[in-house]
Amino acid sequence: MNYEFGLYVFMLAAFLGFELIRRVSPLLHTPLMSLTNAIASISVVGAILISGEDNASLLSRILGFIAVVAATTNLVSGYLITDRMLKMFKKREPVKK
Amino acid sequence: MSVFQALYLVAAALFILALKWMSAPATARRGVISGEVGMLLAVVGTLLRHEVVNYEWIIVALLLGAAIGVPLAVLMPMTAVPQRTAISQACGALASALIGTAEYYHRHPSGFIMVALAVEILLGFLTFTASLMAFGKLHEILPSRPITYKGQNYVNLILFVVAIGIAGALVVRPEQAGLFPAFVLLALTFGVLLIIPIGGADMPTVIALLNSYAGLSASAMGFALDNKLLIIAGALDGSSGLILSIIMCRAMNRSFTNVLFGAFGQLQTSAAATEAKPVRSASPEEAAAILEDARTVVIIPGYGMAVAQAQHKIRELYDSLTKRGIDVRFAIHPVAGRMPGHMNVLLAEADVPYDKLIEMEDINSDMGMTDVALIVGANDIVNPAAQNDPTSPIAGMPILDAYKARTVMIIKRGMSAGFAGIDNELYYRPNTLMLFGDAKSFVTSLVKEVGATAHA
Repeated sequence: MNYEFGLYVFMLAAFLGFELIRRVSPLLHTPLMSLTNAIASISVVGAILISGEDNASLLSRILGFIAVVAATTNLVSGYLITDRMLKMFKKREPVKK
Repeated sequence: MSVFQALYLVAAALFILALKWMSAPATARRGVISGEVGMLLAVVGTLLRHEVVNYEWIIVALLLGAAIGVPLAVLMPMTAVPQRTAISQACGALASALIGTAEYYHRHPSGFIMVALAVEILLGFLTFTASLMAFGKLHEILPSRPITYKGQNYVNLILFVVAIGIAGALVVRPEQAGLFPAFVLLALTFGVLLIIPIGGADMPTVIALLNSYAGLSASAMGFALDNKLLIIAGALDGSSGLILSIIMCRAMNRSFTNVLFGAFGQLQTSAAATEAKPVRSASPEEAAAILEDARTVVIIPGYGMAVAQAQHKIRELYDSLTKRGIDVRFAIHPVAGRMPGHMNVLLAEADVPYDKLIEMEDINSDMGMTDVALIVGANDIVNPAAQNDPTSPIAGMPILDAYKARTVMIIKRGMSAGFAGIDNELYYRPNTLMLFGDAKSFVTSLVKEVGATAHA
Protein backbone atom coordinates (compact mmCIF):
# COMPACT_ATOMS: atom_id res chain seq x y z
CA MET A 1 0.00 0.00 0.00
CA ASN A 2 1.14 3.46 -0.79
CA TYR A 3 1.13 5.10 2.62
CA GLU A 4 3.23 8.02 1.50
CA PHE A 5 0.29 9.13 -0.62
CA GLY A 6 -1.96 8.68 2.42
CA LEU A 7 0.28 10.94 4.49
CA TYR A 8 -0.01 13.67 1.87
CA VAL A 9 -3.80 13.31 1.91
CA PHE A 10 -3.74 13.55 5.71
CA MET A 11 -1.56 16.63 5.71
CA LEU A 12 -3.69 18.47 3.16
CA ALA A 13 -6.93 17.55 4.93
CA ALA A 14 -5.53 18.67 8.29
CA PHE A 15 -4.49 22.07 6.91
CA LEU A 16 -7.83 22.45 5.16
CA GLY A 17 -9.55 21.63 8.46
CA PHE A 18 -7.56 24.31 10.28
CA GLU A 19 -8.45 26.94 7.70
CA LEU A 20 -12.14 26.02 7.69
CA ILE A 21 -12.52 25.84 11.47
CA ARG A 22 -10.70 29.13 12.05
CA ARG A 23 -13.49 30.86 10.18
CA VAL A 24 -16.28 29.43 12.29
CA SER A 25 -17.89 32.05 14.51
CA PRO A 26 -17.49 31.32 18.27
CA LEU A 27 -21.27 31.58 18.38
CA LEU A 28 -21.42 28.15 16.74
CA HIS A 29 -18.61 26.36 18.55
CA THR A 30 -20.90 23.89 20.31
CA PRO A 31 -22.80 22.80 17.17
CA LEU A 32 -19.46 22.71 15.35
CA MET A 33 -18.10 20.29 17.91
CA SER A 34 -21.06 17.99 17.66
CA LEU A 35 -20.85 18.12 13.85
CA THR A 36 -17.18 17.19 13.73
CA ASN A 37 -17.89 14.58 16.39
CA ALA A 38 -20.56 13.15 14.08
CA ILE A 39 -18.18 13.24 11.10
CA ALA A 40 -15.64 11.25 13.15
CA SER A 41 -18.20 8.45 13.28
CA ILE A 42 -16.99 7.72 9.74
CA SER A 43 -15.33 4.80 11.56
CA VAL A 44 -18.68 3.08 10.89
CA VAL A 45 -17.19 2.36 7.44
CA GLY A 46 -14.37 0.35 8.98
CA ALA A 47 -16.81 -1.36 11.33
CA ILE A 48 -19.00 -2.49 8.45
CA LEU A 49 -15.98 -3.78 6.52
CA ILE A 50 -14.76 -5.79 9.53
CA SER A 51 -18.07 -7.41 10.37
CA GLY A 52 -19.29 -7.94 6.81
CA GLU A 53 -16.33 -9.89 5.49
CA ASP A 54 -16.90 -13.41 4.22
CA ASN A 55 -14.11 -15.06 6.19
CA ALA A 56 -14.48 -12.96 9.33
CA SER A 57 -13.69 -14.81 12.56
CA LEU A 58 -16.15 -14.93 15.44
CA LEU A 59 -14.03 -12.39 17.31
CA SER A 60 -14.11 -9.99 14.34
CA ARG A 61 -17.86 -10.41 14.10
CA ILE A 62 -18.46 -9.64 17.77
CA LEU A 63 -16.07 -6.68 17.85
CA GLY A 64 -17.42 -5.48 14.51
CA PHE A 65 -21.00 -5.69 15.73
CA ILE A 66 -20.27 -3.64 18.86
CA ALA A 67 -18.30 -1.17 16.74
CA VAL A 68 -21.17 -0.70 14.27
CA VAL A 69 -23.62 -0.10 17.14
CA ALA A 70 -21.27 2.37 18.87
CA ALA A 71 -20.38 4.26 15.70
CA THR A 72 -24.02 4.46 14.60
CA THR A 73 -25.03 5.80 18.02
CA ASN A 74 -22.39 8.50 17.67
CA LEU A 75 -23.45 9.22 14.08
CA VAL A 76 -27.20 9.44 14.59
CA SER A 77 -27.15 11.37 17.86
CA GLY A 78 -24.39 13.67 16.61
CA TYR A 79 -26.21 14.80 13.49
CA LEU A 80 -29.63 15.01 15.14
CA ILE A 81 -28.51 17.16 18.04
CA THR A 82 -26.46 19.45 15.80
CA ASP A 83 -29.55 20.11 13.74
CA ARG A 84 -31.67 20.54 16.87
CA MET A 85 -29.23 23.15 18.18
CA LEU A 86 -28.98 25.05 14.92
CA LYS A 87 -32.76 25.29 14.64
CA MET A 88 -32.69 27.39 17.79
CA PHE A 89 -30.37 30.04 16.41
CA LYS A 90 -32.71 32.76 15.18
CA LYS A 91 -31.79 36.23 14.16
CA ARG A 92 -35.00 38.18 14.62
CA GLU A 93 -37.48 38.11 17.42
CA PRO A 94 -39.94 35.28 16.92
CA VAL A 95 -43.53 36.45 16.45
CA LYS A 96 -45.28 36.44 19.80
CA LYS A 97 -48.70 35.00 20.32
CA MET B 1 -12.80 3.59 -10.30
CA SER B 2 -15.59 1.52 -8.82
CA VAL B 3 -18.91 2.81 -7.53
CA PHE B 4 -17.96 2.89 -3.86
CA GLN B 5 -14.80 4.84 -4.59
CA ALA B 6 -16.82 7.47 -6.45
CA LEU B 7 -19.25 7.68 -3.53
CA TYR B 8 -16.35 8.03 -1.07
CA LEU B 9 -14.96 10.90 -3.13
CA VAL B 10 -18.28 12.73 -3.12
CA ALA B 11 -18.67 12.04 0.61
CA ALA B 12 -15.25 13.58 1.34
CA ALA B 13 -16.22 16.70 -0.62
CA LEU B 14 -19.52 16.93 1.26
CA PHE B 15 -17.72 16.75 4.63
CA ILE B 16 -15.49 19.65 3.58
CA LEU B 17 -18.53 21.65 2.47
CA ALA B 18 -20.24 20.81 5.76
CA LEU B 19 -17.44 22.49 7.72
CA LYS B 20 -17.33 25.40 5.29
CA TRP B 21 -21.05 26.08 5.65
CA MET B 22 -20.78 25.73 9.40
CA SER B 23 -18.93 29.05 9.54
CA ALA B 24 -22.06 31.22 9.71
CA PRO B 25 -25.47 30.71 11.31
CA ALA B 26 -27.25 31.42 8.01
CA THR B 27 -25.67 28.46 6.22
CA ALA B 28 -25.00 26.17 9.19
CA ARG B 29 -28.05 23.95 8.75
CA ARG B 30 -27.12 23.40 5.13
CA GLY B 31 -23.77 22.25 6.49
CA VAL B 32 -25.42 19.62 8.68
CA ILE B 33 -27.44 18.31 5.75
CA SER B 34 -24.30 18.14 3.65
CA GLY B 35 -22.58 16.16 6.40
CA GLU B 36 -25.57 13.82 6.70
CA VAL B 37 -25.69 13.14 2.96
CA GLY B 38 -21.94 12.56 2.97
CA MET B 39 -22.25 10.02 5.75
CA LEU B 40 -25.17 8.30 4.01
CA LEU B 41 -23.15 7.98 0.79
CA ALA B 42 -20.20 6.59 2.75
CA VAL B 43 -22.36 3.95 4.45
CA VAL B 44 -24.21 2.98 1.26
CA GLY B 45 -20.95 2.85 -0.67
CA THR B 46 -19.44 0.57 1.96
CA LEU B 47 -22.45 -1.75 1.96
CA LEU B 48 -22.12 -2.03 -1.84
CA ARG B 49 -18.49 -3.17 -1.67
CA HIS B 50 -18.05 -6.73 -2.84
CA GLU B 51 -16.00 -7.62 0.27
CA VAL B 52 -19.11 -7.07 2.36
CA VAL B 53 -21.25 -10.19 2.13
CA ASN B 54 -22.87 -10.62 5.54
CA TYR B 55 -25.61 -8.06 5.91
CA GLU B 56 -27.90 -9.43 8.64
CA TRP B 57 -25.87 -8.42 11.65
CA ILE B 58 -24.79 -5.15 10.13
CA ILE B 59 -28.40 -4.13 9.58
CA VAL B 60 -29.30 -5.18 13.14
CA ALA B 61 -26.34 -3.20 14.49
CA LEU B 62 -27.21 -0.11 12.43
CA LEU B 63 -30.80 -0.21 13.66
CA LEU B 64 -29.69 -0.77 17.25
CA GLY B 65 -27.28 2.15 17.05
CA ALA B 66 -30.00 4.38 15.62
CA ALA B 67 -32.39 3.25 18.35
CA ILE B 68 -29.89 4.37 21.00
CA GLY B 69 -28.80 7.49 19.13
CA VAL B 70 -32.21 9.03 18.44
CA PRO B 71 -33.37 9.32 22.08
CA LEU B 72 -29.87 10.44 23.06
CA ALA B 73 -30.25 13.41 20.73
CA VAL B 74 -33.97 14.16 21.00
CA LEU B 75 -34.56 13.78 24.73
CA MET B 76 -31.36 15.41 25.94
CA PRO B 77 -31.94 18.83 27.56
CA MET B 78 -29.74 21.56 26.13
CA THR B 79 -27.96 22.07 29.45
CA ALA B 80 -26.70 18.48 29.08
CA VAL B 81 -25.08 19.06 25.69
CA PRO B 82 -21.51 18.82 27.07
CA GLN B 83 -22.28 15.41 28.62
CA ARG B 84 -23.91 14.19 25.42
CA THR B 85 -20.89 15.22 23.40
CA ALA B 86 -18.65 13.32 25.81
CA ILE B 87 -20.70 10.12 25.67
CA SER B 88 -21.04 10.30 21.91
CA GLN B 89 -17.30 10.78 21.64
CA ALA B 90 -16.78 7.73 23.84
CA CYS B 91 -18.92 5.66 21.43
CA GLY B 92 -16.99 6.81 18.36
CA ALA B 93 -13.63 6.19 20.02
CA LEU B 94 -14.71 2.75 21.23
CA ALA B 95 -15.75 1.85 17.69
CA SER B 96 -12.39 2.71 16.19
CA ALA B 97 -10.49 0.98 19.02
CA LEU B 98 -12.51 -2.24 18.57
CA ILE B 99 -12.02 -2.19 14.81
CA GLY B 100 -8.29 -1.85 15.37
CA THR B 101 -8.36 -4.80 17.76
CA ALA B 102 -10.27 -6.95 15.30
CA GLU B 103 -7.84 -5.99 12.54
CA TYR B 104 -4.88 -6.97 14.69
CA TYR B 105 -6.18 -10.46 15.41
CA HIS B 106 -7.65 -11.04 11.98
CA ARG B 107 -5.02 -9.77 9.59
CA HIS B 108 -1.76 -10.23 11.52
CA PRO B 109 -0.48 -6.85 10.29
CA SER B 110 3.13 -5.74 10.13
CA GLY B 111 5.23 -2.70 9.31
CA PHE B 112 3.45 0.55 8.62
CA ILE B 113 -0.02 -0.94 9.02
CA MET B 114 0.92 -2.07 12.52
CA VAL B 115 2.10 1.47 13.34
CA ALA B 116 -1.24 2.86 12.14
CA LEU B 117 -3.14 0.23 14.13
CA ALA B 118 -1.15 0.97 17.28
CA VAL B 119 -1.98 4.69 16.97
CA GLU B 120 -5.63 3.90 16.27
CA ILE B 121 -5.96 1.53 19.23
CA LEU B 122 -4.03 3.72 21.68
CA LEU B 123 -5.99 6.89 20.86
CA GLY B 124 -9.26 4.98 20.56
CA PHE B 125 -9.15 3.27 23.94
CA LEU B 126 -7.72 6.22 25.83
CA THR B 127 -10.32 8.56 24.33
CA PHE B 128 -13.01 6.03 25.24
CA THR B 129 -12.24 5.94 28.96
CA ALA B 130 -11.26 9.61 29.07
CA SER B 131 -14.59 10.61 27.51
CA LEU B 132 -16.47 8.40 29.94
CA MET B 133 -14.62 10.07 32.81
CA ALA B 134 -15.39 13.49 31.34
CA PHE B 135 -19.04 12.43 31.10
CA GLY B 136 -18.99 11.39 34.76
CA LYS B 137 -17.49 14.72 35.81
CA LEU B 138 -19.84 16.81 33.66
CA HIS B 139 -22.87 14.85 34.81
CA GLU B 140 -21.60 15.15 38.38
CA ILE B 141 -21.59 11.41 38.99
CA LEU B 142 -17.92 11.93 39.73
CA PRO B 143 -16.56 14.89 41.70
CA SER B 144 -15.79 17.72 39.28
CA ARG B 145 -12.97 19.03 41.47
CA PRO B 146 -9.53 17.95 40.28
CA ILE B 147 -8.18 14.93 42.15
CA THR B 148 -4.43 14.99 42.61
CA TYR B 149 -1.86 12.94 44.43
CA LYS B 150 1.88 13.13 44.84
CA GLY B 151 3.86 12.12 41.79
CA GLN B 152 0.74 12.01 39.62
CA ASN B 153 2.45 13.38 36.54
CA TYR B 154 5.29 10.86 36.90
CA VAL B 155 2.86 7.96 37.16
CA ASN B 156 1.09 9.17 34.01
CA LEU B 157 4.34 9.74 32.20
CA ILE B 158 5.70 6.29 33.09
CA LEU B 159 2.44 4.65 32.04
CA PHE B 160 2.50 6.48 28.73
CA VAL B 161 6.13 5.58 28.05
CA VAL B 162 5.43 1.92 28.83
CA ALA B 163 2.43 1.96 26.47
CA ILE B 164 4.56 3.47 23.70
CA GLY B 165 7.26 0.89 24.44
CA ILE B 166 4.83 -2.00 24.08
CA ALA B 167 3.46 -0.45 20.88
CA GLY B 168 7.03 -0.27 19.58
CA ALA B 169 7.63 -3.93 20.48
CA LEU B 170 4.42 -4.89 18.68
CA VAL B 171 5.49 -3.00 15.58
CA VAL B 172 8.87 -4.70 15.53
CA ARG B 173 7.44 -8.16 16.19
CA PRO B 174 3.65 -8.12 15.68
CA GLU B 175 3.35 -11.83 16.44
CA GLN B 176 3.84 -11.20 20.18
CA ALA B 177 0.10 -11.46 20.77
CA GLY B 178 0.63 -11.76 24.52
CA LEU B 179 1.64 -8.10 24.66
CA PHE B 180 -1.53 -6.91 22.97
CA PRO B 181 -3.96 -7.14 25.94
CA ALA B 182 -1.41 -5.32 28.10
CA PHE B 183 -1.30 -2.54 25.51
CA VAL B 184 -5.10 -2.24 25.51
CA LEU B 185 -5.21 -2.21 29.31
CA LEU B 186 -2.58 0.52 29.50
CA ALA B 187 -4.44 2.67 26.98
CA LEU B 188 -7.68 2.29 28.94
CA THR B 189 -5.99 3.12 32.25
CA PHE B 190 -4.16 6.09 30.80
CA GLY B 191 -7.47 7.58 29.63
CA VAL B 192 -8.85 7.43 33.18
CA LEU B 193 -5.72 8.87 34.81
CA LEU B 194 -5.56 11.69 32.27
CA ILE B 195 -8.95 13.09 33.33
CA ILE B 196 -8.71 12.57 37.11
CA PRO B 197 -6.71 15.77 37.77
CA ILE B 198 -8.83 17.93 35.46
CA GLY B 199 -11.41 20.25 36.98
CA GLY B 200 -14.83 21.24 35.69
CA ALA B 201 -13.89 24.62 34.25
CA ASP B 202 -11.12 23.07 32.16
CA MET B 203 -13.60 20.76 30.48
CA PRO B 204 -14.05 22.97 27.36
CA THR B 205 -10.39 22.45 26.50
CA VAL B 206 -10.39 18.76 27.35
CA ILE B 207 -13.59 17.92 25.47
CA ALA B 208 -12.20 19.64 22.39
CA LEU B 209 -8.90 17.79 22.75
CA LEU B 210 -10.64 14.42 23.09
CA ASN B 211 -12.66 15.29 19.99
CA SER B 212 -9.36 15.74 18.22
CA TYR B 213 -8.04 12.36 19.46
CA ALA B 214 -11.18 10.56 18.26
CA GLY B 215 -10.66 12.08 14.81
CA LEU B 216 -6.99 11.14 14.72
CA SER B 217 -7.90 7.60 15.69
CA ALA B 218 -10.33 7.40 12.75
CA SER B 219 -7.65 8.84 10.51
CA ALA B 220 -5.15 6.21 11.66
CA MET B 221 -7.77 3.59 10.83
CA GLY B 222 -7.84 5.07 7.33
CA PHE B 223 -4.12 4.32 7.02
CA ALA B 224 -4.59 0.78 8.31
CA LEU B 225 -7.45 0.06 5.91
CA ASP B 226 -6.00 2.11 3.04
CA ASN B 227 -9.15 4.22 2.98
CA LYS B 228 -8.72 7.87 1.96
CA LEU B 229 -12.20 8.89 3.10
CA LEU B 230 -11.40 7.83 6.66
CA ILE B 231 -8.08 9.69 6.51
CA ILE B 232 -9.78 12.89 5.35
CA ALA B 233 -12.77 12.81 7.69
CA GLY B 234 -10.54 11.92 10.64
CA ALA B 235 -8.06 14.67 9.81
CA LEU B 236 -10.85 17.26 9.57
CA ASP B 237 -12.12 16.24 13.01
CA GLY B 238 -8.60 16.07 14.40
CA SER B 239 -7.70 19.58 13.30
CA SER B 240 -11.06 20.96 14.38
CA GLY B 241 -10.71 19.60 17.91
CA LEU B 242 -7.15 20.81 18.14
CA ILE B 243 -7.91 24.36 17.01
CA LEU B 244 -10.86 24.62 19.40
CA SER B 245 -8.73 23.51 22.33
CA ILE B 246 -6.07 26.04 21.34
CA ILE B 247 -8.74 28.77 21.28
CA MET B 248 -9.91 27.66 24.75
CA CYS B 249 -6.36 27.68 26.12
CA ARG B 250 -5.75 31.16 24.77
CA ALA B 251 -8.98 32.39 26.33
CA MET B 252 -7.58 31.32 29.70
CA ASN B 253 -4.03 32.44 28.96
CA ARG B 254 -2.78 28.94 29.79
CA SER B 255 -0.75 26.40 27.93
CA PHE B 256 -1.80 22.90 26.96
CA THR B 257 0.57 21.33 29.47
CA ASN B 258 -0.82 23.57 32.17
CA VAL B 259 -4.40 22.49 31.46
CA LEU B 260 -3.52 18.80 31.22
CA PHE B 261 -1.00 18.52 34.03
CA GLY B 262 -1.44 21.69 36.06
CA ALA B 263 -4.48 20.55 38.10
CA PHE B 264 -5.90 24.06 38.31
CA GLY B 265 -8.17 24.84 41.22
CA GLN B 266 -5.83 23.51 43.86
CA LEU B 267 -5.07 26.94 45.22
CA GLN B 268 -8.36 27.61 46.93
CA THR B 269 -7.16 26.53 50.37
CA SER B 270 -4.47 29.20 50.52
CA ALA B 271 -6.55 31.93 48.92
CA ALA B 272 -9.73 31.29 50.87
CA ALA B 273 -8.35 33.00 53.96
CA THR B 274 -9.24 36.53 52.93
CA GLU B 275 -10.41 39.08 55.44
CA ALA B 276 -14.07 40.01 55.45
CA LYS B 277 -14.46 43.13 53.35
CA PRO B 278 -17.69 45.11 53.16
CA VAL B 279 -19.94 44.45 50.19
CA ARG B 280 -23.06 46.24 49.10
CA SER B 281 -26.07 44.12 48.33
CA ALA B 282 -29.44 44.97 46.85
CA SER B 283 -32.96 43.57 46.84
CA PRO B 284 -34.79 42.63 43.63
CA GLU B 285 -36.82 45.87 43.87
CA GLU B 286 -33.72 48.05 44.04
CA ALA B 287 -31.99 46.11 41.29
CA ALA B 288 -35.06 46.33 39.05
CA ALA B 289 -35.24 50.09 39.57
CA ILE B 290 -31.61 50.48 38.49
CA LEU B 291 -32.20 48.31 35.43
CA GLU B 292 -35.25 50.37 34.45
CA ASP B 293 -33.24 53.59 34.61
CA ALA B 294 -30.48 52.22 32.42
CA ARG B 295 -30.15 52.86 28.71
CA THR B 296 -27.66 50.10 27.99
CA VAL B 297 -27.46 46.77 29.80
CA VAL B 298 -24.95 44.00 29.21
CA ILE B 299 -25.77 40.58 30.63
CA ILE B 300 -22.80 38.30 31.31
CA PRO B 301 -23.77 34.64 31.72
CA GLY B 302 -21.56 31.92 33.17
CA TYR B 303 -21.79 28.28 34.11
CA GLY B 304 -23.97 29.24 37.09
CA MET B 305 -26.73 30.20 34.66
CA ALA B 306 -26.64 26.72 33.16
CA VAL B 307 -26.68 25.07 36.59
CA ALA B 308 -29.66 27.16 37.72
CA GLN B 309 -31.40 26.69 34.32
CA ALA B 310 -31.97 30.43 34.37
CA GLN B 311 -31.71 31.06 30.62
CA HIS B 312 -35.48 31.22 30.00
CA LYS B 313 -36.05 33.66 32.84
CA ILE B 314 -33.17 35.77 31.56
CA ARG B 315 -34.81 35.88 28.19
CA GLU B 316 -38.01 37.18 29.87
CA LEU B 317 -35.95 39.87 31.56
CA TYR B 318 -34.40 40.68 28.20
CA ASP B 319 -37.92 40.98 26.73
CA SER B 320 -39.30 43.32 29.37
CA LEU B 321 -36.22 45.54 29.34
CA THR B 322 -36.15 45.69 25.54
CA LYS B 323 -39.82 46.65 25.52
CA ARG B 324 -38.94 49.67 27.59
CA GLY B 325 -36.47 50.75 24.93
CA ILE B 326 -33.39 49.63 26.86
CA ASP B 327 -30.55 48.25 24.75
CA VAL B 328 -29.78 44.79 26.14
CA ARG B 329 -26.92 42.66 24.88
CA PHE B 330 -25.13 39.54 26.07
CA ALA B 331 -21.37 39.32 26.50
CA ILE B 332 -20.01 35.84 25.87
CA HIS B 333 -16.60 34.82 27.16
CA PRO B 334 -15.03 32.01 25.11
CA VAL B 335 -14.64 29.68 28.11
CA ALA B 336 -17.92 30.44 29.86
CA GLY B 337 -19.62 27.12 30.55
CA ARG B 338 -18.44 23.57 30.15
CA MET B 339 -17.80 23.34 26.41
CA PRO B 340 -16.88 25.79 23.64
CA GLY B 341 -19.90 27.95 22.80
CA HIS B 342 -22.02 26.52 25.64
CA MET B 343 -23.66 29.85 26.59
CA ASN B 344 -24.67 30.63 23.02
CA VAL B 345 -26.58 27.37 22.69
CA LEU B 346 -28.42 27.85 25.99
CA LEU B 347 -29.44 31.42 25.16
CA ALA B 348 -30.43 30.44 21.63
CA GLU B 349 -32.58 27.71 23.15
CA ALA B 350 -34.32 30.38 25.21
CA ASP B 351 -35.01 32.31 21.96
CA VAL B 352 -32.54 35.12 22.46
CA PRO B 353 -31.73 36.39 18.94
CA TYR B 354 -28.14 35.44 18.17
CA ASP B 355 -27.15 38.90 16.95
CA LYS B 356 -27.45 39.99 20.60
CA LEU B 357 -24.79 37.48 21.68
CA ILE B 358 -21.55 39.46 21.45
CA GLU B 359 -18.04 38.08 21.64
CA MET B 360 -15.58 39.33 24.22
CA GLU B 361 -13.34 41.31 21.84
CA ASP B 362 -16.30 43.13 20.34
CA ILE B 363 -18.11 44.10 23.53
CA ASN B 364 -15.20 45.06 25.77
CA SER B 365 -14.77 48.40 24.00
CA ASP B 366 -18.40 49.26 24.81
CA MET B 367 -18.21 48.33 28.48
CA GLY B 368 -17.18 51.84 29.54
CA MET B 369 -20.38 53.21 28.03
CA THR B 370 -22.60 50.57 29.61
CA ASP B 371 -24.97 51.58 32.40
CA VAL B 372 -25.44 48.17 33.98
CA ALA B 373 -23.43 44.97 33.67
CA LEU B 374 -25.53 42.12 35.05
CA ILE B 375 -23.42 39.05 35.84
CA VAL B 376 -25.27 35.77 36.19
CA GLY B 377 -23.31 32.82 37.52
CA ALA B 378 -19.92 33.94 36.23
CA ASN B 379 -16.87 34.69 38.34
CA ASP B 380 -13.32 34.24 37.05
CA ILE B 381 -14.14 35.55 33.56
CA VAL B 382 -14.93 39.00 35.02
CA ASN B 383 -12.26 39.08 37.73
CA PRO B 384 -10.15 42.25 37.29
CA ALA B 385 -7.28 40.51 39.10
CA ALA B 386 -6.47 38.94 35.74
CA GLN B 387 -5.45 42.40 34.56
CA ASN B 388 -4.00 44.13 37.60
CA ASP B 389 -2.59 41.43 39.88
CA PRO B 390 0.42 39.75 38.25
CA THR B 391 0.61 37.22 41.11
CA SER B 392 -2.95 35.99 40.59
CA PRO B 393 -3.31 32.44 39.22
CA ILE B 394 -5.44 33.84 36.41
CA ALA B 395 -3.07 36.74 35.64
CA GLY B 396 -3.09 37.54 31.94
CA MET B 397 -6.35 35.72 31.25
CA PRO B 398 -8.52 37.82 28.94
CA ILE B 399 -11.63 38.93 30.84
CA LEU B 400 -14.87 40.74 30.13
CA ASP B 401 -14.32 44.28 31.42
CA ALA B 402 -17.53 44.32 33.46
CA TYR B 403 -15.91 46.56 36.08
CA LYS B 404 -15.91 49.44 33.57
CA ALA B 405 -19.70 49.60 33.56
CA ARG B 406 -21.33 52.34 35.64
CA THR B 407 -23.06 49.79 37.86
CA VAL B 408 -22.10 46.15 38.19
CA MET B 409 -24.71 43.73 39.51
CA ILE B 410 -23.72 40.18 40.36
CA ILE B 411 -26.25 37.45 41.01
CA LYS B 412 -24.58 34.92 43.26
CA ARG B 413 -25.56 32.41 45.92
CA GLY B 414 -22.94 33.54 48.38
CA MET B 415 -19.46 34.92 48.64
CA SER B 416 -17.65 31.70 47.73
CA ALA B 417 -14.70 31.89 45.36
CA GLY B 418 -14.94 30.74 41.76
CA PHE B 419 -13.40 27.72 40.12
CA ALA B 420 -9.90 29.11 40.25
CA GLY B 421 -10.37 29.50 43.98
CA ILE B 422 -9.45 33.16 44.03
CA ASP B 423 -11.26 36.06 45.58
CA ASN B 424 -12.88 38.46 43.15
CA GLU B 425 -12.13 42.11 43.94
CA LEU B 426 -15.02 43.07 41.69
CA TYR B 427 -17.37 42.21 44.58
CA TYR B 428 -15.89 44.91 46.78
CA ARG B 429 -15.89 47.77 44.31
CA PRO B 430 -18.00 50.81 45.21
CA ASN B 431 -20.04 50.51 41.99
CA THR B 432 -20.84 46.84 42.59
CA LEU B 433 -24.11 45.51 43.95
CA MET B 434 -24.34 41.90 45.06
CA LEU B 435 -27.68 40.25 44.38
CA PHE B 436 -27.70 37.23 46.67
CA GLY B 437 -29.85 34.28 45.70
CA ASP B 438 -30.41 31.48 43.25
CA ALA B 439 -29.96 32.80 39.70
CA LYS B 440 -33.30 31.53 38.47
CA SER B 441 -35.45 32.76 41.35
CA PHE B 442 -33.65 36.10 41.51
CA VAL B 443 -34.14 36.77 37.82
CA THR B 444 -37.78 35.69 38.20
CA SER B 445 -38.30 38.37 40.86
CA LEU B 446 -36.48 40.91 38.67
CA VAL B 447 -38.85 40.12 35.81
CA LYS B 448 -41.82 40.56 38.16
CA GLU B 449 -40.56 43.91 39.43
CA VAL B 450 -39.82 45.29 35.98
CA GLY B 451 -43.18 44.04 34.69
CA ALA B 452 -45.08 45.47 37.68
CA THR B 453 -43.80 49.00 37.24
CA ALA B 454 -44.41 48.83 33.51
CA HIS B 455 -48.12 48.36 34.10
CA ALA B 456 -48.42 50.86 36.94
